[in-house]
Amino acid sequence: MKPYDNRAWLLVLPVFAVVLFSAVLPLMTVVNYSVQDSFGNNQFFWNGMGWFRELLDPSSELGGRFLAALGRNLVFSGIILAIEVPLGILVALCMPRRGWRLAVVMVVMALPLLVPWNVVGTIWQVFARADIGLFGAAVNGLGIDYNYAGNATAAWFTVIIMDVWHWTSLIALLCYAGLRAIPDAYYQAARIDGAGRWAVFRNIELPKLKRVLVIGVLLRFIDSFMIYTEPFVVTGGGPGNATTFLSIDLVKLALGQFDLGKAAAMSLVYNMMTLLVCWVFFTAMTQLDAARERVE
Amino acid sequence: MARITLDGIGHAYGPRPGGPADYALQPLDLVWEQGLAYALLGPSGCGKTTLLNIISGLVQPSHGRLLFDGTDVTHLPTERRNIAQVFQFPVIYDTMTVAGNLAFPLRNRGMDRAGIVQQVARTAAMLGLTEVLDRPARNLSADAKQKISLGRGLVRQDVAAVLFDEPLTVIDPGLKWELRSKLKAVHRALDLLMIYVTHDQTEALTFADQVVVMEGGQVLQVGTPAELFERPDHTFVGHFIGSPGMNLLPAEVSGMEARVDGHALPLAGRYAPLDAGRIEVGVRPDFVALTDGPGLPVQVDRIDDLGRVRLARVRLGRHRMVATVPPDAVVSGSEARVRIDPARIHVYADSRRVAPL
Amino acid sequence: MTARRFILATYLLALSLPIYWLVNMSFKTNAEITAGVSLWPHAPTLANYVRIFTDPSWYMGYVNSLTYVAINTVLSLACALPAAYAFSRYRFLGDKHLFFWLLSNRMAPPAVFALPFFNLYSAVGLFDTPWAIALAHCLFNVPLAVWILEGFMSAVPREIDETAEIDGYSFPRFFVRIFVPLIANGIGVAAFFCFMFSWVELLLARTLTTVNAKPIAAIMTRTISAAGMDWGLLAAAGVLTLVPGALVIWFVRNHIAKGFALGRV
Repeated sequence: MKPYDNRAWLLVLPVFAVVLFSAVLPLMTVVNYSVQDSFGNNQFFWNGMGWFRELLDPSSELGGRFLAALGRNLVFSGIILAIEVPLGILVALCMPRRGWRLAVVMVVMALPLLVPWNVVGTIWQVFARADIGLFGAAVNGLGIDYNYAGNATAAWFTVIIMDVWHWTSLIALLCYAGLRAIPDAYYQAARIDGAGRWAVFRNIELPKLKRVLVIGVLLRFIDSFMIYTEPFVVTGGGPGNATTFLSIDLVKLALGQFDLGKAAAMSLVYNMMTLLVCWVFFTAMTQLDAARERVE
Repeated sequence: MARITLDGIGHAYGPRPGGPADYALQPLDLVWEQGLAYALLGPSGCGKTTLLNIISGLVQPSHGRLLFDGTDVTHLPTERRNIAQVFQFPVIYDTMTVAGNLAFPLRNRGMDRAGIVQQVARTAAMLGLTEVLDRPARNLSADAKQKISLGRGLVRQDVAAVLFDEPLTVIDPGLKWELRSKLKAVHRALDLLMIYVTHDQTEALTFADQVVVMEGGQVLQVGTPAELFERPDHTFVGHFIGSPGMNLLPAEVSGMEARVDGHALPLAGRYAPLDAGRIEVGVRPDFVALTDGPGLPVQVDRIDDLGRVRLARVRLGRHRMVATVPPDAVVSGSEARVRIDPARIHVYADSRRVAPL
Repeated sequence: MTARRFILATYLLALSLPIYWLVNMSFKTNAEITAGVSLWPHAPTLANYVRIFTDPSWYMGYVNSLTYVAINTVLSLACALPAAYAFSRYRFLGDKHLFFWLLSNRMAPPAVFALPFFNLYSAVGLFDTPWAIALAHCLFNVPLAVWILEGFMSAVPREIDETAEIDGYSFPRFFVRIFVPLIANGIGVAAFFCFMFSWVELLLARTLTTVNAKPIAAIMTRTISAAGMDWGLLAAAGVLTLVPGALVIWFVRNHIAKGFALGRV
């Protein structure tokens, strides 16, 4: 049992200070803005919950665009999770156990994860174009009219396939780590018990992957919920606002239009939503850990 | 199945083995009879787990043939051999209840529901798991889980041999005895061939009808616990079994006498003059006793009082020995005499026992 | 067996193809690029790379990026090490809540912080310096580093700490001489992720800089300007941003493999 010692706060102080400076201070200014309105010229007056009410009102301009962007984010996250999680698990199951092949595979898999996000956007911006990109040319060559700049479906398709290309490796690597932790004896026992491949997956591998999958789904959901750079570089949020996700809209509002009150209100609600999701997953994970500890 | 025959079974690390160091298991011949319990005893790395895995089919031997009742099963896949294996730590399916775990091997083999229910109930009763049948398996204690692992092996009616790979490793010491008794009870009830790998001699000697002592990839001796104790064929067996192990003294042997550092030890048998290789005589501390009467003069270094017995660490000439101190003897000073029972002295040349003429 | 190899090979090919395309483009002239889709450069040229290496407005971008990433990694690790130790070894008032609050910052949308950071760093005079971005990235990198390091530290038995104390080591000496080498793999994993998330981030890096400390990511997005896209140049710049990442993976590949197995997951 770990000893109780409040002096440990001294060790935590640097982190506390840094994150306080980086997180709390800015958030305080956001809260400040969110309850004020301005005549311009830096003159502010109290607006109470005004911005928030407008934000959550679908009939208002602000509310309409906020809820539309939120809807787009939820659909986007849903789709990419539905693709990346099974694909990641599948790839993890196919990865070699050891040796030089493993090193090569891991390096190639990690490459998309280390590409700066704007370069990810640039790569796909080019790759998906019909005139200068292999993918775009190939799809159009198959007879499908594919133009992400003009067609909303094509834009969505491009953004999704870009995210899958970008992030599946993360899930795969996490699952691979989880799989490696399973002792050989489990597979041996399953052979003796006459279990087929699917039974082995369902009864041995999948349960042991639960914990890493919770982590992976959390990371991917949150990161896809916050997505900004990649779609911004490829589609700029368009065509129209077909791919204008929450972050893109927020930045437009805050840094483009300098609509501080509205942007601040949106920021807080946005932040609150991610906190809520975080809390749900955190609870799930601590419960999984507690269950594991009870048994061991 | 009546027996398992190992015909020249060996396993080398690489494709072209040169000397003994290239083998995980050196080629051996063994026959194991149905209904008996065998222990594979030896230190880590002696090849016992490799041998076990060859029998279960998890490892393909590089040499030799494996026969189950005369049928060559060397290349038969694990699931088609009639064996079950229990591992060092409990292997259970977290997603299922205890009943589900026990039913799993039967479901995979396509047995009907009624049959499964009956078999599961029978096996659970035998192992004392009936009360927990409907509980999730993952919440139980380690020893219950090991029983489930064993149960999954016993639930199949076609199982003829059960293999154990150090199954008591993660069990609490207090529960080890209980689980061991359960294993023996199951063995008596089911007339199975049981093969038990361990590095703990107490487990091996209490569990097994026959013990196979292994070291460095070789089988050194196969025998009942009594045979191993009284007549070790190899100095390692003598040393490994018994606590403390056998005393080994370099000697010259000729006729009915052995000479250790100038001291004469009478032997119970006649031996041809031995001069080739390293000659040693071995005798267990149990048969070397401090005495007031006539005996060999020794220097006493230390007396260890273990409660139920006292052991004396002595030196005969330059060589160390362990002797027993009779309960009422008083040891004073550092000089004493020991009496060695000639019938219990064995002669070893290059670590192997030499039989008297 | 072959099904597994096939799936893996297809996946790896799909991952490599877009990157190959970028490399492909970087060796072409704009004329060749706009002329049509060709699988390899028919008239390969190094002009794009030469331009980047000789034009300060381009190569300074890399220098700036590497600067703030390095500062951030060092800063994050330096803060995170003692904090992770505290979480790993002690219970204290509010520890669980603090841990959660830290993690939640990792999950905060940078868009929310774009404007406040803009104001904050202008106010303290750090705007348009690598320090601004390094500090801003601490928002999510420090919690991540704490989380990763705590996992590795918890795997080191307390007895080691106690033995060192009995042997007369002062805490700093124990930490540096004994403890840190034991968690070297964990530090490697944490450093890798700090590097990764700082190197790839665009929004905050662009918001907090204008001229002096502009990172390469911002310079590249600036190239979306009037005179049409200089695709070859853009591609070359992109390829060069991959180099630090590839180097880092190559050098830490063993640590990552081991770290994944031992650590939090």
